[in-house]
Amino acid sequence: MLSIFLLMLCIACGNNTKEETSVTASEEKKEETAAAPTEAGLIPIVDYDGLKPYLTKNNDSTYVVNFWATWCKPCIKEMPYFERIQAEYAKEKVQVVFVSLDFPDKINTQVIPFIEKNNIASKVILLDDNDANSWIPKVSKEWSGAIPATILYNAKERIFYERSFTYEELKKEVTSIL
Amino acid sequence: MKKGSLSIVLFLALVSVAVLSSFKSIQPAAADGYTIGDAATDFKLKNVDGKMVSLSDYKEAKGFIVIFTCNTCPYAVASEDRINALDTKYKPKGFPVIAINPNNPEVQPDDTFVKMQAKAKEKAFTFPYLYDESQSIYAKYGATKTPHVYLLQKEKGKYIVKYIGAIDDNVRDASAVKVPFLANAIDELLAGKEVSVKETKAIGCSVKQ
Repeated sequence: MLSIFLLMLCIACGNNTKEETSVTASEEKKEETAAAPTEAGLIPIVDYDGLKPYLTKNNDSTYVVNFWATWCKPCIKEMPYFERIQAEYAKEKVQVVFVSLDFPDKINTQVIPFIEKNNIASKVILLDDNDANSWIPKVSKEWSGAIPATILYNAKERIFYERSFTYEELKKEVTSIL
Repeated sequence: MKKGSLSIVLFLALVSVAVLSSFKSIQPAAADGYTIGDAATDFKLKNVDGKMVSLSDYKEAKGFIVIFTCNTCPYAVASEDRINALDTKYKPKGFPVIAINPNNPEVQPDDTFVKMQAKAKEKAFTFPYLYDESQSIYAKYGATKTPHVYLLQKEKGKYIVKYIGAIDDNVRDASAVKVPFLANAIDELLAGKEVSVKETKAIGCSVKQ
């Protein structure tokens, strides 16, 4: 009995060691990808015309487009929930896009450090378009301009939200249109 | 006690709004608010100098530039000098600025009354900067974000909403403004005309409830 127990322990230990090594390896990899956004161009800076394709894709994916900024507390609070949705519903072809409304001169000092620190894996773009009165109603007529705001859409449905989400709330909304 | 009962009322209001809204588009409580032509409520709110301020205190005013703003939001901060300039220009013409901070300092710790006082001093605000402590006024107006402007004109003792929205078309850069929406609206009122652009949209920080 005891020997079997010891043997099992040993196997467990062996497994643990293996896992640890593999975790370290993947972490290293992760760090590499996380560092990637610092390379120029990986956070595209777009005006409304550049944003439009992200809001109007017509294919078999479901898009979750979230408007946020590093200075917006409720936005930052809900970002991990969007990341989780992106990870958990990748098979269902859910794609999260974070649209930063940070001022463009803050991209290197605020936006990129934030994305690196929080290992944001979803697509991030920065909207640089001063004439908000023109483009806000194009994003949604319901939008007052307050953030966070989110558009959830696919080929069948399109829903706009001017609110923040818990993970459960977001999951409920996303799964309702899958 | 007062605060407690108010939060219960607010909570009930939120619940009823949530229930009434359709399943797929839950609107924040503040989505209901004034539209153009509505009569806006007066209020009695504490100014940074400790005195209570109401619209009815301004016997000579033709109207008011009511701006919901705060200490922290970068869009509010970027607008501070412009708000001072608007007050300086339009107060003598009968349209003073009344700024109101709608944020709950428990959610946004940099928006306490003490920090409002510091901000008003630091930026030498020429206008009252009021604290919507019960968070009831911004909700009545329907302000969803900071900054959020309501231009009111006195008509037969009422405060009629004439313009809602942004100060101008470029929050980030005052020198690059092409259309000063708010100033245009006031100029039109002063000229006895109807406001041509009644509502505009701008990015802002959501009101912290």
